[in-house]
Amino acid sequence: MERKKPVLMQGNEAVARGAVDAGINFFAGYPITPSTEITEFMSRELPRRGGVFLQMEDEIASIAAIIGASLAGAKSMTATSGPGISLMAEGIGYAKMIEQPCVVVNVMRGGPSTGLPTQPSQADIQQARWCNHGDAPAIALYPSSVLECYELTIRAVNLAEKYRTCVMVLSDAMLGHMREPVNLPDLEHVNIIERIKPTIPPEWYKHYPDNAKYRAPLASFGDGYRFHVTGLAHDDLGFPTTRPDEVDRMMKRLKNKISQNIEDLVQVELFGDESARIAIFAAGITARAAKAAIEIAHQHGKKLLLVRPLTIWPFPDEAVHTYLSDKKMIIVPELNQGQLSIEIKRILGKSKKTRKIVEVHKVTGELITPEEILKAMKEDN
Amino acid sequence: MKKIPQKEIHKYLRHNKKFPHVWCPGCSDGIVLGATIRAIAEIGWEKDDCAMVSGIGCSSRMPVYVDFNTAHTLHGRAIAYATGIKMAKPSLNVCVVTGDGDASAIGGNHLIHACRRNINLTVICINNHIYGMTGGQYSPTTPHDAIATTMPYGNIDNVFDLCKLTIGAGATFVARTTAYHATEMQSIIKAGFEHNGFSFIEVMCACPVIYGKLNKQGDAPQMMRDLRDSYVPLITYEKLNADEKQGQFPRGIFKNEVAPEYSERYAALVESLQSVKGEGDE
Amino acid sequence: MSKSEKPQKLEVRLSGSGGQGLLTAGLILSQAGALQGLNVTQTQSYGAASRGGSSRSDVIISDEPIFYPEATRFDALVALTQESYDKFNPNLREEGVLIIDTVFVKNYTISSQDIYALPFTQIAMEKLGTSLFTNIIALSFLVKVTGIVTDKYLKEAIKDFKPEFAESNIKAMKLAFKLAEEYDQPAQEKL
Repeated sequence: MERKKPVLMQGNEAVARGAVDAGINFFAGYPITPSTEITEFMSRELPRRGGVFLQMEDEIASIAAIIGASLAGAKSMTATSGPGISLMAEGIGYAKMIEQPCVVVNVMRGGPSTGLPTQPSQADIQQARWCNHGDAPAIALYPSSVLECYELTIRAVNLAEKYRTCVMVLSDAMLGHMREPVNLPDLEHVNIIERIKPTIPPEWYKHYPDNAKYRAPLASFGDGYRFHVTGLAHDDLGFPTTRPDEVDRMMKRLKNKISQNIEDLVQVELFGDESARIAIFAAGITARAAKAAIEIAHQHGKKLLLVRPLTIWPFPDEAVHTYLSDKKMIIVPELNQGQLSIEIKRILGKSKKTRKIVEVHKVTGELITPEEILKAMKEDN
Repeated sequence: MKKIPQKEIHKYLRHNKKFPHVWCPGCSDGIVLGATIRAIAEIGWEKDDCAMVSGIGCSSRMPVYVDFNTAHTLHGRAIAYATGIKMAKPSLNVCVVTGDGDASAIGGNHLIHACRRNINLTVICINNHIYGMTGGQYSPTTPHDAIATTMPYGNIDNVFDLCKLTIGAGATFVARTTAYHATEMQSIIKAGFEHNGFSFIEVMCACPVIYGKLNKQGDAPQMMRDLRDSYVPLITYEKLNADEKQGQFPRGIFKNEVAPEYSERYAALVESLQSVKGEGDE
Repeated sequence: MSKSEKPQKLEVRLSGSGGQGLLTAGLILSQAGALQGLNVTQTQSYGAASRGGSSRSDVIISDEPIFYPEATRFDALVALTQESYDKFNPNLREEGVLIIDTVFVKNYTISSQDIYALPFTQIAMEKLGTSLFTNIIALSFLVKVTGIVTDKYLKEAIKDFKPEFAESNIKAMKLAFKLAEEYDQPAQEKL
C-alpha cells in the first residue's frame, strides 16, 4: 500500500491495521456489533500473511484461543464489544494471572446488557479496570481519532509484550465506524517490541523472574523450556503454591510492574490554554466535542483547557493533580453516568482547594455536543 | 502394546516440588496419568514437543505433574486454549485432560465445536460421574437416581453419553475405556494420539471417596471390579439382548475415520493465498 | 450558498432508508475530499436492518482540523425519504442546500433554502435501468450544486470505490451533472 497519500479509513480498520503492523499474527474472535469490521479485516488479512484467524464459538473461546496462541509464541489479539468483554472477563484475569501478553479491543456500545448495539457509549471505562475478579491492575488505552486507533493499537501490542499482560484498547461505535483520511507511517518507522527469547539452559529458567524492570526473556511452548502455567496462585516456576511468601511475591509483582512504571504507561494530551481557570477532562470520542467547545470558547475570548487521557488505566492521577488541582471548575463530559468523574473526585477530593466538578452525562447513544459542554459550563458558572 | 517400565515413567514427571499429588487414595486419575505417559513413551515423542492442557477439576490437576509444556487453564475452557496452542504451533502434540463436568457441562460448547472442526487434539475425559473437587455435586454424566450433594433425593436429570455426543458432533476418533483396563487404555490413548484429527477418549473412572461414598459403591477395589464387570467390549455388547444390556456399557474404539484435519486445512488455505497480495502490500 | 462563498467547513447529511446506498454515497464523498487533500470525517447511523429503517451518513469537509465528527447544522441535506426530510430539515442552515427525492418526499415546504426537488429514483430507473444508481445521482448532483469537492476528485473517488462498476457509476455522475446544470429552482421562480 502506498502510504504517502492519505487514505480514508475507518476506526475499526485502523485498529486492525495497527495490530498487524505491530506483529499480531493470531486473531480469534466472535461477531459482535460494532467491532465486527476488525474481525472481518483479520479474516481477510491474516491468512494472506501466514498468520492465523479463527472465528470461535463464542467470546470465551476467543480469549482462550488467543491466550493459548500467545503461550505457543504468537502475538495475539481479539476484538469485541461490552457484552463480549463480560464473557471474556475470566479469561482476561487468567492472562493477567499467568502474565501472558495479549490484546483485547472493546468497541464500546450502549449498555447494560444488549443496550444500543449500533450506538456509541463510554460506559465500559470502569469495566476495563475491574472486569476480572481478583486484585490485578489493568492497562487500557483510548484513542480519539482514526489515526490514533492505529497508533494506540500498536502501543497496546507493545505494552502487552513489555509488561506481559492483557492490554485493552477502548474504542466506541462512533470512532470504530468513523472514517478519516490518515497517513500511516512507513513500517520502518513503527517501533515494535518483540518478545525476548530465553537463551539460558532450561534448568535455570524461571517463568516468573522477580526483577523491577520486568523485561525478562519469555519462553513459549515448544521452545525447550517446558514451563507450567496455572490460574492458581503460583511460585516463580509457575507451580501452584499457597505459601504466603510466594503468593505475596506473585501478587506484588502483578501490581508493581504497573504501579512502578506509571511514567512509561500514562499518556495525556493537553489542548487549549493551560492558564485557563476552567478545564475539561474528557477521553476518546467525547474529547473531540471538548476540543470543538474550546475552539468556540476561544472565538469568544474565553480560555479553556482540555486534559485528555490516552491511557485510561492506569489512571493519570499525576496529570490530574498537576493540571486540574488549581482550576476553578472542571467539566467532565462522558457517555456514561460518571465513570471518569468518580476518578477525578477520588484524586482531587482530598485537596482543600474549593473547586467545582461539573459532570455532563449522556447515555442515549448520542454524542455529547460541544454546545452541551459550553452550556454546562455557563449554567454552573 | 509395549510394556513401559515404571522407571521410564519417571523421566516424564516433574520431581522438583510437584509431589505428592493431590488425588485421593483409590482415585483413578493416577492410572490415567500412567497410561498417558506410557502411550507417549511408546510413540517416542520428545517432551518438548508435547503440550498438556487442562481445565478445572481433579483430573485437570494432571498437567502440573508431567514434564511437558503444560497449562492449567479455566473451568471448561481447556479445549479452546488447546485450539489456540495447536493453531499457533501445529508441530506440538496437544493433549487435553478434562473431567465429565469440565468437558460436558461448562465446556460442552467448546467440546462440540472442536469435534466439528476436527482439529488434531487428543481429549482424555476422565469420567467419574461427579464433581469431585467441589465435594460431590451431580454432573451431566451422573447416572439417573444416583445421589449427589445437589441431588440429595436422587438424580432426576438425564445422562449425556459423551461418546455419542462427540460422534454426533463430528469427532473422527471416539473411544471409551476404563481405569480397570489400564493396558487397553494405554493402547487406546496411543491410537488417539496417533490419529490425525479430533480424538475423544472417555475413561470411566472410580471416585471412591466422593461418588462411591455417596452412592454406597464400596471401596476402591470394589469400584474397580464394578468397572471391570460393567464395561464390556463393543463386540460383546452388541451381541447382548435388551435385558442383558441393562447395567452394561460398551467400551472400545467406536469411531476411527480419516477426514481433513483443521490445522492442515488452514495451512493449505495459507499456502493457496501466498501468491495473493495482502491489503497492506498493494 | 454559491461556490465562491464556500465556507471553510461544510457539514453534509445524507439521509434516507437502509438500502438506498447512503453509506456508499458518504464514503465516496469522503474519499473525494481525502483525495483533494482536505480534512474529512464521515460518520453514520443505522438501525439493525440492512434494508429499510432509517439510515444516515454525515460528511464534514474542512480545510481545518475537524473535532466534532457529526453534522449538527447542515450546510447541505440530501433527503431520500419523507421521514428523513421531516426529521432533519429543521437542522438545515438557512442558507443551506436541500436536495430531495420527490418520489418519496411528497410534503415539503419551499422556504428560502436552496431547494432541489427531483424524482431521483425515477430518473435512475428510466435513464439507467435501475434505482441502484439513485445514490450516485443524488451525490453527484449535490457536488455539482455545492462544489464541496471538485468534479475531478468526485470522479476519481467513484472510480476508486468499485472499479468494476466505475463505468456505469460515471455515467450516473454525468447524468446528475447535466441535471444540475439544467435545473430550474421552483423556489426561485415563486419567490
